[in-house]
Amino acid sequence: MDNNIEKRLQGLRDRLTYLLDIFPGKHKDSATLLEEKLSAYTAHANSGEPDNLYRELANLEDLFAYVESRLEDEVTPMDRVRIVRHPQHICLRDILENVYDNFTEVGGQDEHSLDPSMLIARAVVTRRRGKKIYTQSVMVIGQEKGHGAEFRNGGSVKPWGNAKALQYMSVAETEGIPIHCYIFTPGSYPIEDYPGAAQQIARNIYHMAGLRVPVVAVISEGGSGGAEAINLADKRLMFSHGYYSVISPEGAAAIEGNLKAGRRATPELIESCAQNLKITAADNLKFGYIDRIVPEPPLGARPWHYDFCRSLRQEILRATDEVVISTRSMPLFRGLTLSRHRNPEANLDNLHIRWGLSTAAKKRLVERRQQKFLRFSRQAAHDKRPFLTKQAAAFYDWFSKPWVSFKYDFYRKHQRQIKTLMEEINNEWEMLKNRLLAPWHSLTRKLPGRVDSKARELTALSTWTDDGRRRKWNYISPRYKIDRAITCPNSASYGCPDLWGPDLFAEFAGVCSHCGYHFPMEPEWYVKNIFDKGSTFEFNNEIEAGNPLDFPYFSERIAKAQEKTGAKSGCMTFEARIDNIKMVVAMLMGTFRGGSVGAAEGYKFVEAASRAQKNRMPFLSYVHGTAGIRIQEGTHGLIQMPRCTVAVRRYIESGGLYMVLYDTNSFAGPVASFLGCSPYQFAVRSSNIGFAGPGVIRETTGTNIPPKYHRSYRALSRGHIQAIWDRRQIRANLKQALLTIGGRNLYYR
Amino acid sequence: MINISKILDEIKSSPYNEIVVCTPHTGRVTFTDIKTGDRVLGPQGLWNDNPGTHLATLEREHNFKPVCAPDKGEISLVHKELEGWFVEAGTPLVVLRHMLTRDEVQRMILQKALHLFRAPERAKYYFTPEADKKIRASETRSMAVRDGMELFIMSRMKREVPLHYSGPDGVIYEIYFKYNDNLECGAPLIGVCPPDHISVIQDMVARVQTEWTEKN
Repeated sequence: MDNNIEKRLQGLRDRLTYLLDIFPGKHKDSATLLEEKLSAYTAHANSGEPDNLYRELANLEDLFAYVESRLEDEVTPMDRVRIVRHPQHICLRDILENVYDNFTEVGGQDEHSLDPSMLIARAVVTRRRGKKIYTQSVMVIGQEKGHGAEFRNGGSVKPWGNAKALQYMSVAETEGIPIHCYIFTPGSYPIEDYPGAAQQIARNIYHMAGLRVPVVAVISEGGSGGAEAINLADKRLMFSHGYYSVISPEGAAAIEGNLKAGRRATPELIESCAQNLKITAADNLKFGYIDRIVPEPPLGARPWHYDFCRSLRQEILRATDEVVISTRSMPLFRGLTLSRHRNPEANLDNLHIRWGLSTAAKKRLVERRQQKFLRFSRQAAHDKRPFLTKQAAAFYDWFSKPWVSFKYDFYRKHQRQIKTLMEEINNEWEMLKNRLLAPWHSLTRKLPGRVDSKARELTALSTWTDDGRRRKWNYISPRYKIDRAITCPNSASYGCPDLWGPDLFAEFAGVCSHCGYHFPMEPEWYVKNIFDKGSTFEFNNEIEAGNPLDFPYFSERIAKAQEKTGAKSGCMTFEARIDNIKMVVAMLMGTFRGGSVGAAEGYKFVEAASRAQKNRMPFLSYVHGTAGIRIQEGTHGLIQMPRCTVAVRRYIESGGLYMVLYDTNSFAGPVASFLGCSPYQFAVRSSNIGFAGPGVIRETTGTNIPPKYHRSYRALSRGHIQAIWDRRQIRANLKQALLTIGGRNLYYR
Repeated sequence: MINISKILDEIKSSPYNEIVVCTPHTGRVTFTDIKTGDRVLGPQGLWNDNPGTHLATLEREHNFKPVCAPDKGEISLVHKELEGWFVEAGTPLVVLRHMLTRDEVQRMILQKALHLFRAPERAKYYFTPEADKKIRASETRSMAVRDGMELFIMSRMKREVPLHYSGPDGVIYEIYFKYNDNLECGAPLIGVCPPDHISVIQDMVARVQTEWTEKN
């Protein structure tokens, strides 16, 4: 047997192994057929005629191709997960070698890298127009899981790997070259060491929301937060066998099956979760979260599928060109060029477009990207506002815009001149009035019974006008009726005496009077005790959490949560005042399905941010508790990470003050996006802040974490938050922060 | 001269520590399903974060508080007669026998045989440069100390004061502290013994290591 045959046979053996791996226990007849044919050929190969051998081998390869294409129709979502995770599946280095013309790895090299799972390279593409050849540069950023799998950590990027990606995004922005992101990650590595998994992803998303260069993302394995770290792109392509999901099917099955640590979910449950989460490319295209699907060969692309690399090159060039063209200002010219580039027959290697952008085009690019993300997932939330209410709100928006614009854009700019003018007019008027009324005053001054108020003010005792709130609470937790003593969890270390329930939950505000341990309190406690009495005004409460994926039995669970809490979603948005300082508050309530964030919560958050922006108010995100993104909403939930971060970025850039206050448990997606991106994050002493809980960390990293790993003091030491507040001092601290960070009258720059 | 055999025999005659588990405060006692002879575990886990075996529940003002085993051992006595009774704080509930390990026995004997010089307050401790040089250069257990000798530097809050050794003359047999570590008040710094006792003590340590059988 010559080497060529041996090499091709090895290829077939690999294909058979691949097929057996991605269909465990399924399609046994096909696998057995291929196995028999392959072993028969191998046995025969040592003795047969060379001509016949080549012909038979070609037949055998055709048989493999036929079986693969037949099985392609029966690929389930979970099979797709196995395909993208398979070591034989194509990975980033294969793409760099076969899609781009040349490249230099810049963010480290192989295992000698800050984080080998994050691969960064400067690549070039050569294109021609007529006889002229053009070379264009791009920054390629993506997770790598192969080509040294032993140090790649399965494509699970550590926080510093994401920081490195962010650094090179800034480099690309400075150089004005497009960024191509390739997503091959099962999820981020959940450790809290600085810069912290959640906080770094939040920084990446926030930065990408305003990147002034074209960004194109290609998703193969899009696992939750790890994927979002480099996924906020102008165009998002997806491999036809890829998946893009809020959680791995195994993770979803563990939650759905309510499994304790160490127990494994059944394959059937995992399969059904993969099905129900709607994670495939076709599903995501239907939802509108990706722009295009890049077709892969049957059963997924592998490094030897050179045709696939060619088509991927065409698609990625097309996507980058489209982004650049869509920023052009002349609509007719733009439309013509776009249609030429969108033509599937066009060879993009022969069409050249400059990728550099003018300052105005960069602005348009960022605006288009932000608007694109803000439009996402609106259909997934139930907006039950009556038609007339919606119209009235829209009309009010339209009507109030000129007034707000006059007030803040004109009046505030010329405030000093206008005030001086008005004061002078007023002085003149007062002088005139006094002269006119002088005869009348001289008569009335002599009348009996007139009390000189000035004299009384100077001689009478002053009254104590301290804030009444310090003496009693506006709202007392219903748990104050509890008829028992309660042990402080710190009693073993600090020797706290038992606390009498009614005292603890009423007067002590749920705080241990000995060590200061904070027992969790209800969201209502904060709403009614932090803000001025009667000053809260809730809006958009008709937007309801739903079940956009029709996840089995989930509608009932949502209805139950709504009945239990009396709220329609896990996010309550309201306007409120603290000592007459107005603000907009978005509160994530830990009592509503753990405070998880879905499409409705994201919708309300975005609306609240835009309301704060329009009315020039400070925006406070009060996190009573959040368990992460609502997994039963799949990508509808996941997309809230970039979407809400875009809203926050637009708000901050328009001059607003955005503050976050954490309480109880705040984890995962929201912390890794629209909460973690805030420059001012504070926590109440009761809070735990992190990316993944202890159970998930144990499952994914295989290491145990020490007790109190996520406590707020640890988060403060790691630099994730700015300060820790006592619950009883939230009101005073919040006011202090508003005054010092925002200024007395300046919450808006 | 210390009599090793006598000390070892004393420990062998009662090869355990008796731990009396008492009520932390008043309350009504309910025992779990425990009986004399049961083996119980102390706090478990890498950080001792999982409490030991649940022995009883103490209820006061509808607050049920578990009473757990503080260490590994065998139950030698359960005060079952207190079941359902309202008891005072400090009432013994369970007596545990914690079988001594080899290291524990060795530590006990060394404490009896050596003179321990203890930290007078919470601080970091260092040897004086001369003493440090001698300890590093010479063989172990040859550094002689005498009463009133300036041996340590006590460092706290950028304040460094010399500390004089007080106690019987002898050589340093054991050093119990590390540089740059904060020591609590009363923690042993060094163990001192007369030079002619060294061989006896070494013999004793060897005997403990070979003869003592761990029962748990």
